[in-house]
Amino acid sequence: MSKIVEGLFYAESHEYVKIEGEFGYVGITDYAQHELGNVVYVDMPDVDDEVEAGEDFGAVESVKAASDLISPVSGTVVEVNEALNDSPELVNADPYANWIIKVQLSDASEAQKLMDAAAYKAFIGE
Amino acid sequence: MENKRTCLYDKHVALGALISPFGGFDMPIQYTNIVEEHNAVRQACGIFDVSHMGEVLVTGPESEKFVNYIFTNDITDAPYGKIYYGMMLHPTGGVVDDLLVYKMGEKRFFLVINAGNIDKDVAWIMEHAKNFDVTVEHQSAYYGQVAIQGPRSEEVVENVLGIPCSELAFYTCKEVEYNGETLIISRTGYTGEDGFEIYGSHAYTNEAWDKVVASGKALPCGLGCRDTLRFEVGLPLYGDELTDEITPLEAGLGIFVKLEKENFIGKEAIAAQKAEGLKRKIVGIELKDKAIPRHGYDVEVDGKVIGQVTTGYNSISTGKSVCMALIDAEYGKLGTEVDVRIRKKVFPGVVIKKRFYEKNYKK
Repeated sequence: MSKIVEGLFYAESHEYVKIEGEFGYVGITDYAQHELGNVVYVDMPDVDDEVEAGEDFGAVESVKAASDLISPVSGTVVEVNEALNDSPELVNADPYANWIIKVQLSDASEAQKLMDAAAYKAFIGE
Repeated sequence: MENKRTCLYDKHVALGALISPFGGFDMPIQYTNIVEEHNAVRQACGIFDVSHMGEVLVTGPESEKFVNYIFTNDITDAPYGKIYYGMMLHPTGGVVDDLLVYKMGEKRFFLVINAGNIDKDVAWIMEHAKNFDVTVEHQSAYYGQVAIQGPRSEEVVENVLGIPCSELAFYTCKEVEYNGETLIISRTGYTGEDGFEIYGSHAYTNEAWDKVVASGKALPCGLGCRDTLRFEVGLPLYGDELTDEITPLEAGLGIFVKLEKENFIGKEAIAAQKAEGLKRKIVGIELKDKAIPRHGYDVEVDGKVIGQVTTGYNSISTGKSVCMALIDAEYGKLGTEVDVRIRKKVFPGVVIKKRFYEKNYKK
């Protein structure tokens, strides 16, 4: 049973965004980290890079495969989770605490197009 | 087309394995965790279902001459029980398949071929056998096969399966009578560790699997870690480092091609390539970063593409991101700085030996 956190917004490509004011914290869901297996590398953008909803901004790599990261929101990267450079396995340990990028949102209403916790739970069939 | 299943398929499903297609079979890729399975083989013992591998028995008055004609290694006057690694080549020098040849007895050779090449290989062998006084039997449907690999594998085979094997030298085999059938056991594997491979009926393969798994002395291991294990010690995988278009010399496997042998398919092409020098070759590359170079990614120098990655991982045993790559030979010298393009970025690396981890065979 995958962990799903109330109050976050979820994309069909299994990223979440946690909205705090004008910022969004983007990471991958517990379901996604479990499907990927041992995460060994997180390919992150640079601060000040622009991200766009529906476009890839990096990748999460497990031993066997690379999985693109698709941004659920648009905006400017204001912070990347540097801890993942040395300890990518944190994504496995707690994907919700270990977000990947912090985005200054250009359009906060975009999140409304995503799934809420209940809809995501149904989406992954749990 | 529907994938085939091995005789252990139901056990893999019951163990909750992640199943994926490989070589025309639905195979277990991992049971719980590829890293744990990999480490079990490096540090203790793992058991693999490798029943997807193909088997062909060649017998008859001209069997030695015939096998020598289709195989790059030299099996002339081989002692009973000796095993040879080598390839079958196209006349162009490209590889039909890499395989093991077991000298089972007088004029009796057991060929072990890759699952994904079974149809191609059997057709190839049959076609060339027409000109020799030999009998070719395709036995893939009969045999199941388990590989027991790791430093504790001898103990597992002797104590759990009750097969004496301590006297078997590396790359030798013997036949063992068991419950009315003849098993073949060899000290071989594809992990860089000591280990054994056992060929038997489907019934025996199930019995052996159950006994070993129930003993708790060996962890069930999937093809995922079989690939990370073989990769770390620089062993080639057909489809990655060897193909119909890549020659053994380009793959760095020239020692398994005996050009002094009288005649074999592909000999002229390999001799010519050796005389002319290689235009491309497979090298090892270590990246400075942890991004993972994967099959098909471009290798570049000053923005110019000089080749492609054949296999790459973040090595489980060393923690380094490394790959094998087929590149222009002029950049193949150890220490040459090359880049690997991973998605939108270019990552700097350096050419190193393509053995990323030392083998630990018992010779």
